[in-house]
Amino acid sequence: MKLRRIIAFILIGLVVVLLGTRWVAPHGYEQQFRDFIATSPTKEFPLGTDALGRDRLARLLYGSRLSLLLAPAAAAVSVFLAALIGGLAAFAGKRWERAILLATDLTLSLPWLFLILTIRGAMPLDVQPEISVLITFLALGLLGWAGPARVVRAGVKKIIASDFVFQANAMGTPPRRIFFHYILPNVRPLLFAQFWISLPVFILSEANLGAMGLSVSEPMPSWGNLLRELESQTSALEHPMQNWWLLAPIVLLVGVVSLLQVWQQRPKGSL
Amino acid sequence: MSFILIPFLLAAAATPAELSTSKILTGGELRFVLPSEPKTLHPLQVSDESGELIRYLTSGSLVRLNRVSQKIEPELAESWKLGDNGAQITFQLRKGLKYSDGSPFDSADVVFTVQKLLDKTMVSPAAESFRPETGTVEVKALGPTTVVVKFPSHVAGVERLFSGLSILSSRSSKKEAVGLGPFVIAESKAGSFLRMTRNPNYWRKDSNGRQLPYLDGIRVEFQRNRDIELLRFQKGELDLVSNLEPEAFERLKTNPAVTSLDLGTSLDTTQLWFNQVPTAPIGAYKKEWFGSQAFRLAISESINRKDMARVVYHGFGVPAAGSISPSNIFWYANELKAQEFQPKAALARLQKEGFRLDGEQLKDKGGNPVEFTIVTNTGNKVRERLAAMIQADLRQIGIKVTVAALDFPSLIERIMRTFNYEACLLGVVNTDLDPSSQMNFWLSSGSSHAWNPNQKTPVTSWEADIDQWMRLQSKEIDPKKRKAAFDKVQVIAALQSPIIYLINKRTLGAASPRVKNLKPAILPPHMVWNIEEIYFAEGAGKVAK
Repeated sequence: MKLRRIIAFILIGLVVVLLGTRWVAPHGYEQQFRDFIATSPTKEFPLGTDALGRDRLARLLYGSRLSLLLAPAAAAVSVFLAALIGGLAAFAGKRWERAILLATDLTLSLPWLFLILTIRGAMPLDVQPEISVLITFLALGLLGWAGPARVVRAGVKKIIASDFVFQANAMGTPPRRIFFHYILPNVRPLLFAQFWISLPVFILSEANLGAMGLSVSEPMPSWGNLLRELESQTSALEHPMQNWWLLAPIVLLVGVVSLLQVWQQRPKGSL
Repeated sequence: MSFILIPFLLAAAATPAELSTSKILTGGELRFVLPSEPKTLHPLQVSDESGELIRYLTSGSLVRLNRVSQKIEPELAESWKLGDNGAQITFQLRKGLKYSDGSPFDSADVVFTVQKLLDKTMVSPAAESFRPETGTVEVKALGPTTVVVKFPSHVAGVERLFSGLSILSSRSSKKEAVGLGPFVIAESKAGSFLRMTRNPNYWRKDSNGRQLPYLDGIRVEFQRNRDIELLRFQKGELDLVSNLEPEAFERLKTNPAVTSLDLGTSLDTTQLWFNQVPTAPIGAYKKEWFGSQAFRLAISESINRKDMARVVYHGFGVPAAGSISPSNIFWYANELKAQEFQPKAALARLQKEGFRLDGEQLKDKGGNPVEFTIVTNTGNKVRERLAAMIQADLRQIGIKVTVAALDFPSLIERIMRTFNYEACLLGVVNTDLDPSSQMNFWLSSGSSHAWNPNQKTPVTSWEADIDQWMRLQSKEIDPKKRKAAFDKVQVIAALQSPIIYLINKRTLGAASPRVKNLKPAILPPHMVWNIEEIYFAEGAGKVAK
């Protein structure tokens, strides 16, 4: 429990810093210092500058803020849909269950990358980067419900088969009351677990999309396009100690995802 | 570190006489990577860079462009003669040549190839430059070694057309699978590699009478990821890399086991243009901006090309003045200078046209904020950086630019079919020195007339002028008069700026030091255009007898 508290403290601290990025970041994320191209860390630029002379620290802070704030939103959308669809599958009878399971399998087998490509291709060109990134995360959220929905369905079915729901049914409790008063409160821990599991998945999904140049457009930074820069920085990977500042985005990403994973693992014996 | 500038390399390159006395090794397999698989291996139907290279290595043409001297040289034809005021060309073919399968080569093959090329069912991209606007092309054999090709009217630089035409066999049962080039395709695995072996019947010999090529074979692998290509090259798994990005080139320069090659300023251009198609689905006030010469010039003046060359190209690029690179010595208009960075002058120019600064935002006379979207293709780091620099430069005069990176098919769909875009940032690969190859781009009726293609009649008077000068240069025989006409085109284009040329990058490559007798050039195929003369220094082969 102590470890979880420490992790929660670190993550909350990080979110607070990121919320105050505007005041913390030494420069704007798009500001180009063309006489300081790809420099090593200095007092002025604590993490050096990128290929266009932009402050790496500012870009990391703004990029982290974007990824860390929008990934939970996408996870929330996906878990909400999963609760709705999974609950319906378990509760609304065999026909519904079969239809929903078919839809779930279909969604899981869809090439989501192409779907996101199509969505982005269909967007108006003059859409602002801020809107474009919102749409990307929303698409991720809308496409990510299928896996959690299966888990929710299994959980709800287990609860329906439990003694207390059997007893409520025997007492003639209406189905709506059973759903809201007996099932929903008991499925809530499962939904929270799904949320925390989905969170790193969405962070990594955006990073993967960004690594392919499909996520946030220039000049706005995100973990995805910051990681993409590493593609051409083979020297950073060969000599990590001499180029530590170039690895800052990947260290932060791995750190945050690992902390989230450790934090969501409940101690043995707890529900 | 071995970093070689081409002028020095050429000075140091062995002359034929020196070559004949030096110790040349035969054998070995040259390995390099292409970004994609050829779409077709039919020599008359190739339309992509990979297919063009395989075609070049495996087939023969009547004449060949010497990529270093930029002059046409005899190949399968030992000589040629122009007649009928430049509308007719007569080739005298070499005797006794054989295709890779042993079938003989003569004038019947040339007649067969030209007829096949002009056959509309063939759908040959190479045929476009052969087909006249009116009339037909006639080809006739005047004997086994003499062929005459007649065009309905004068064709500028007609002999150049034949340097890209692979001569097929009219007799061989293997059809287009046999060739007259130095190599033949021996094995290929879809999506993975293509292996070529020496053509036993290749006609060319070195000054000592030894049959060429010196190499036993070539292995071309298909690999899109350039970072992996570089790593493999540095590990010694590949012998050559070409078309390097400046960043990668700088990294290779520090590697002592690699010969880095700066081939000079390339013929390729990188440019920005605005959509001027009248039916385009964009706002009327934006169409008015894009159609305004003052607006286009102001944008051009607001872009800092020197910074682009320094920051994005690491100094391996020069600000571009127009469609012709300074490396194209004959056709480059010397009076043209690249646009200087003058944001204040640009703002003054815009204010004269009724634009005004409202705080930090530029607005037009109707009060519309001046903002537009630049589309470019995704996955090209250099272009993405150029777009980010344009964004930053134009912000200084109050213009807000959004950059939309699209996958290539979506981008082409927008700029060629739906015209649903505002501005586009792209590069153009030029493979021909002669401006006649740019007819489709400059003529207002052309399908590649980027800013407003397929016009029935020229929309503007300056486009009508460009049409007139382009047609004149294509019909004129005197090179000086042709040059004067094309200079006019370049000057009008600079004054009107329908295309805002940004940078001419340098052509960069690298080779393993064991690869000898490379004569790299700015024209493709940059590193292997003299493939038959390339050999390995040690280890890979045996001494020629």
